[in-house]
Amino acid sequence: MKILVGVKRVIDYNVRVQIKKDGSGVETAGVKMSVNPFDEIAVEEALRIREGGIDSEIVAVSIGTKDAQQQLRTALAMGADRAILVEADSEVQPLDAAKIFHKLAEEENADLVLLGKQAIDDDANQTGQMLAALWGRPQATFTSELNFADGKAKALREVDAGLELIEVDLPAVVTTDLRLNEPRFVKMPDIMKAKRKPLDTKAMADLGISASAKLETTAFEPPAGRTAGSKVEDVPALIAALKDKGVL
Amino acid sequence: MSQVLVIAEHLNGQLNNSTAKAVNCAAQIGDVHVAVFSDSPAAVAEQAAQIDGVSKVLSVENVANSNALAATLAPQIAALSDGYSHLLMPSTTFGKDVLPRVAALLDRPQISDIMEVIDAQTFKRPIYAGNVITTVKAPEGLVVGTVRTASFKAAGTGGSAAVDAATVSADLPSHTRFVELQAAASERPDLQSAERVVSGGRGVGSEENFKVIYSLADKLGAAAGASRAAVDAGFCPNDMQVGQTGKIIAPGLYIAAGISGAIQHITGIKDAGVIVAINKDPDAPIFEVADIGLVADLFEALPEIEKHL
Repeated sequence: MKILVGVKRVIDYNVRVQIKKDGSGVETAGVKMSVNPFDEIAVEEALRIREGGIDSEIVAVSIGTKDAQQQLRTALAMGADRAILVEADSEVQPLDAAKIFHKLAEEENADLVLLGKQAIDDDANQTGQMLAALWGRPQATFTSELNFADGKAKALREVDAGLELIEVDLPAVVTTDLRLNEPRFVKMPDIMKAKRKPLDTKAMADLGISASAKLETTAFEPPAGRTAGSKVEDVPALIAALKDKGVL
Repeated sequence: MSQVLVIAEHLNGQLNNSTAKAVNCAAQIGDVHVAVFSDSPAAVAEQAAQIDGVSKVLSVENVANSNALAATLAPQIAALSDGYSHLLMPSTTFGKDVLPRVAALLDRPQISDIMEVIDAQTFKRPIYAGNVITTVKAPEGLVVGTVRTASFKAAGTGGSAAVDAATVSADLPSHTRFVELQAAASERPDLQSAERVVSGGRGVGSEENFKVIYSLADKLGAAAGASRAAVDAGFCPNDMQVGQTGKIIAPGLYIAAGISGAIQHITGIKDAGVIVAINKDPDAPIFEVADIGLVADLFEALPEIEKHL
């Protein structure tokens, strides 16, 4: 099975995000960057599919600046076989990201594309679904359990009403939820080995994609802030305060 | 005049409350139609017709619509959206699953999690789990977006819109099949939509000790949550995790017990109405965002709160 897995470079989830002083965006200079946590789960799942006995080639894909090579090397150190970086210097919105993945999925003859359900920077939660539409393939979003048999996949999806089980024909697009697995810890020897694995770079123009109409972001601002309230002495005072606020 | 199409969310013949929230957002943009896709849409269409601000309900009956599968719904919604200026769905797992698939079929960018309408083309939406609010402008043409349900109150009822049967012609794929829905097993309310949530952190100490959290939650009719630290320590399952990579919630009352307040946890609760922090450590960062703080041992405080309820 050929598995493409998305790896987006994002600000680490433990960093307190700051807006640039001129309000033009979010500060990324000197900020710790990591693999989008949901994509890390996608990489782990690809590895487990192979370890579960389905012979697989795992190709990690990122879209972004040269710096995203770092995150692709993380995926390679986890166990991906090779990586492709589609270079883009400006922001790539989900529809164009989906068009890029669509091209790659066809070029690579992928059987499965595994993506995080959303990136923790733009929180769009769109790319997997858009890819599935453009590719004309099934989608299983918010997946927390994935099994294969007879050229089909069964995906258990975390939906608001509970857990939904669907069956999809392959090729398919699967997006990962938090409960799907716990990504492995990367060991030092694997980081050294990953440096020798192939990492190809492509330009968006190489893929022949015409850019889509885009959303224009005109302002970045902090949310209405929360300020510290007050401390109470004991439980009766706490109960009184809650009643006072009308929540009890 | 903008003409907005809202796609209704429903299950077992009941219209989901998220639809009325999306209608409230839509009504700030223009005239609102609601479309109901189902194998037997009559009951749901009737409920949708009663939402204030809806001028027409389009009822699309098709046996293929017996379960809400994105692959099946998307081509039908794309076909039905012709002639509308805006296409909206609630930002629930239903809307998040279906709408991007529609947007791609129509070659339109999507605005996720609309939290405020500035004008017909311009909206506010959160990024970085609500730590930054952006203003985004949609390009000319059909505007496609999901509506953040925590940001809009449900529109009232009392309307009586006409219900029209609509037919759409679209090729429906057979590559995706519904197998079953396993309804949430917990008797506690769903963490994401609960009005009250009681969460425990590493300070709870063990899986066994978590019963103090469950007990108070049950007394309050609340959902139970946990910090990433508590989940990582194995005290409770992953699906209870509140935070940037867990669930982002906005209950009216949030009680955090034995939670220090890591950034990523705060990110998951910052839209809560009232945040209560109970922690032995008076310097815990959670106190910086809590509306009410109590410096106390949670094993003494939580049972005492129960007694006072």
